Amino acid sequence: MPNSTLRAWYELLSSMRFAVSLLTVLSIASIIGTVVKQHEPFNNYLNQFGPFWFPLFESLGLYGVYNASWFLAILVFLLASTTLCIIRQSPQMLREMKSFRTHAREASLRQFAHKENFLSAQPPATLAAAASAYLTSQGFRVKEDKRDGARLLAAKAGSANRLGYLLAHGGIVVILVGGLLDGNLPLRLLLALEDKHPTTFAQLREAIPAQARLSEGTLSFRGNLFVPEGERSSLATLNVDDGVLVQDLPFELALEKFSIEHYTTGAPKRFASEVIITDRASGQSERHTIEVNHPLTFKGLTIYQSSFDDGGSSLELLPHRLDANTQATPVKALSATVGTQQPFGDQTLEITSFRSFNIENMADTQSTSQTIFSTLQSRMGSAARHDDGKKFVNVGPNFQFKLRDAAGQAREYQNYMLPITQEGRAFMLSGMRTSPNENFRYLRMPVDEDGRIESFFALRNTLLNESARHEIARRFAKSSLPKATATDPMLTGLIDTAERTLSLFAKDGFTAVGGFIEKNVPADEREKAADVFVKILNGCAWEALQWVREKAAQPRLEFTEPRAQYVRDALWAMSDIFHYGAPAYLQLTGFEEVRASVFQITRSPGQAWVFLGSLLLVAGVYFMLFVRERRAFVLIKDSGDVLFAMSANRKTLDFENAFVLHRDALKGLL
Amino acid sequence: MKRFLHTLRTMDWLYGAGLLALGVFAWVRYDHHMDIFEEAILLSSVPAFAWLGWWWKPFQKLAAAVLLLSLAGIGLYEGDLARAEKVFLLKYIFSSQTLIGWMCMLFFFANGAYWLGLLRKSEFAAGSGTALTWCAIAMGWAGMMVRWHESYLIGADVGHIPVSNLYEVFVLFCLITSLIYLYYEGVYRTRQMGAFVMLVVSAATGFLLWYAFTRGAHEIQPLIPALQSYWMKIHVPANFVGYGAFAIAAMVGVAYLLAARGVLASRLPSLTVLDDVMYRAIAIGFAFFTLATILGALWAAEAWGTYWQWDPKETWALIVWLNYGAWLHMRLTKGLRGPLLAWWAVMGLGVTTFAFLGVNMFLSGLHSYGAL
Repeated sequence: MPNSTLRAWYELLSSMRFAVSLLTVLSIASIIGTVVKQHEPFNNYLNQFGPFWFPLFESLGLYGVYNASWFLAILVFLLASTTLCIIRQSPQMLREMKSFRTHAREASLRQFAHKENFLSAQPPATLAAAASAYLTSQGFRVKEDKRDGARLLAAKAGSANRLGYLLAHGGIVVILVGGLLDGNLPLRLLLALEDKHPTTFAQLREAIPAQARLSEGTLSFRGNLFVPEGERSSLATLNVDDGVLVQDLPFELALEKFSIEHYTTGAPKRFASEVIITDRASGQSERHTIEVNHPLTFKGLTIYQSSFDDGGSSLELLPHRLDANTQATPVKALSATVGTQQPFGDQTLEITSFRSFNIENMADTQSTSQTIFSTLQSRMGSAARHDDGKKFVNVGPNFQFKLRDAAGQAREYQNYMLPITQEGRAFMLSGMRTSPNENFRYLRMPVDEDGRIESFFALRNTLLNESARHEIARRFAKSSLPKATATDPMLTGLIDTAERTLSLFAKDGFTAVGGFIEKNVPADEREKAADVFVKILNGCAWEALQWVREKAAQPRLEFTEPRAQYVRDALWAMSDIFHYGAPAYLQLTGFEEVRASVFQITRSPGQAWVFLGSLLLVAGVYFMLFVRERRAFVLIKDSGDVLFAMSANRKTLDFENAFVLHRDALKGLL
Repeated sequence: MKRFLHTLRTMDWLYGAGLLALGVFAWVRYDHHMDIFEEAILLSSVPAFAWLGWWWKPFQKLAAAVLLLSLAGIGLYEGDLARAEKVFLLKYIFSSQTLIGWMCMLFFFANGAYWLGLLRKSEFAAGSGTALTWCAIAMGWAGMMVRWHESYLIGADVGHIPVSNLYEVFVLFCLITSLIYLYYEGVYRTRQMGAFVMLVVSAATGFLLWYAFTRGAHEIQPLIPALQSYWMKIHVPANFVGYGAFAIAAMVGVAYLLAARGVLASRLPSLTVLDDVMYRAIAIGFAFFTLATILGALWAAEAWGTYWQWDPKETWALIVWLNYGAWLHMRLTKGLRGPLLAWWAVMGLGVTTFAFLGVNMFLSGLHSYGAL
């Protein structure tokens, strides 16, 4: 390249115009990166942008802006531009810092915007001494230049301002170098040079292809390490594009215990992993606790508590069959591990998660009308009060699972282990949803006075059983009309009605009953009819309950309002089960919890550089903005003519004031 | 340095001694709550506040007032939170929420007084604005101190410095912005900018009230693990010196633009003065914002495992930084002056506000504890 072209490049790269353009592009790119969610699964983008824009945005690297090659290129250019700017400016800056400009000519001093002429009666030497003493007292450093028929006092203060330029811009260069070292660039180079490729499946460490495995020597990386309690790992995974790379670690990390603590409000208070770290080279082990905000540094790698997960808890489940016709549905207790799947009847059971601890606000929500005054009152006083009636309670363990049918359709469920009290009544709750975007809708099955769910299912099996229907109807009619004989037409009529009601209910719960009424009863009598049907159902259910007890050799229950409520709740639950969609209710009867900790592991050799650069930057900004560079010149002629002039590299109001101050002070010395 | 120490009077030394005594007291009494870094923060806060008070004398009186108000509140509690409802003085003056409520009120009045002073050219009204602002700061700051105490009364594990959520930092923003403004008011001996600067404080105050009344945001929440760090004590206040100073620059920019068009020109300070205040506010804001962003990076390295990961908050902090960096370059290196810079300062507040609030409202990221 000819010298002139080189020169032109140098001029361009080191110019402020170029730097500003780069920074503008950098800013815009950064904004795009904050608006488009980064590193999502590609399917999400396809849904969001559609098939036309998706590939276009992908080729522009918008799904990982800060790792895109053009973004890295901007950073590299910025590094070059800032470096060249320093190289270009610093000789002059250093000269300026050192020089007192003792050779300033009178003519050039007279060009200054801030100058003043005096006449002095004092001997030049005396005046020079006094002026020099004054300027020194004001923080100036003074040099005297004796020349023909005159002497010049050249003074300067705040030269560190120029140093600030070097420090701040040097700091930015050091930060950029450090940042690029820790960023994506070294990994990209490694992938290209060593022919490594990310893999999309890395469940088993034996199955990891060698091409996706990085040796211990990787310069810088940031990976995740998943370790269940009681297990150990020495492989970190690095997410790259849409796949992963596996990074060998120089140590093995064993998780003894992961603990979570909560505040009374249910907010998390502490996440901590107790680990044993074993150096693979020496075989020596150390015990440590890793917490959020308290990482562990070992052999140049830093290990952070990043998140947690279930590490394969095992659950004891007892199915309660809901659909009598599907004999395939198991009824025996089974064990299941979180994160695994197993056949369940003609469906597949996938246990997705387990939580041993759930803090919920259990207060009954009652909206009290508040006046402005009462609101004001409640906002005064201490900031601690919880007057919103919230009551946080640990409602015990729950687990989530999916039941997937042969066609691949899945419903998701969330079952609680313990009964939960709502409106004074205890229920077993089971949430159901057909898509992850929905909220769970809860099936509330009442528990009996001993807190057991079994009696609900016994009642249900009897009430919905076709062969038991006549007997229940008979018992109900008998208890309603105790004096009637067996052939009384009122009695037989009631038995008939009750039987038909039960068979309606057995089809689709209250929906079927409602449908029947709508079809057969005139509009103005529907409410009354519904009332009758509900009474019959309640009565039948009550008798069915007694019959179940009779068969189990338990005494008949005395009728009380809570028991009647139990029966009503049971009927509602039975009715809801028609929409539950699962062949069985899976009762959680026991569990053994295994947690897993997710660590983040980094090696970032650039970090020290970035922090050093930051220090330089802070010092530089301070010097540049708060140290004021000033020069003062006092030219004292033997004739008695005195010229005072001042200059500063930055024109501020301060400088104007300082000029007036020093001018007047010098006047006083004359 | 020597020269500076020679200028100190008896009052200054008393102030310094008082700070030292407070520091020693805090150390002896609360050392068991602190780790080594927090001890270092306590140790360095003594000279920092001493220097601030010696260099800017009115600050000493403010500190004394805050101390007395806070002690009154803390003393009245007698270690029992329930007394906030029973004791008249606590309920209506010295509890944290009431003190902050007074602060809001006084800020509104101060803003009104400044406007009256500006429009009527009344030195008395403007002077009242200054006095009201001082009172508001004293009340608000004491409110924060009492809130700090209250958080420990809820439970030793809940206790923390009140700079942890949006409600608390908004109070901090009001305090810091008006303090920096008062400093410039003293330096330039003009009260006319107060009408404009206090507008942004009033707006923040209005938001605070809305936030507390409709969202109940005033309630003290315990700290999630990511926030349990000594870094919070320095990262957050440093940031808000930056935000506050940028807000002042923008409001002075508005005054500049109006005056440059002849609106209120006879009542406002000269354009040179407005321009200078704008520059100095941005300079101080930029310095603190640089520091705060770096402190944030240091904290991120400890809490999230990397000092920079292009989280939306980080990215927008960088954009804010670049914006004001460019502003300073244009003014200092290119010597640019005039309405363009004022416009830029006003727009700058838009960018800053987005980084402060918009990111939490519209973008998702790691800084979600500031969510609205």
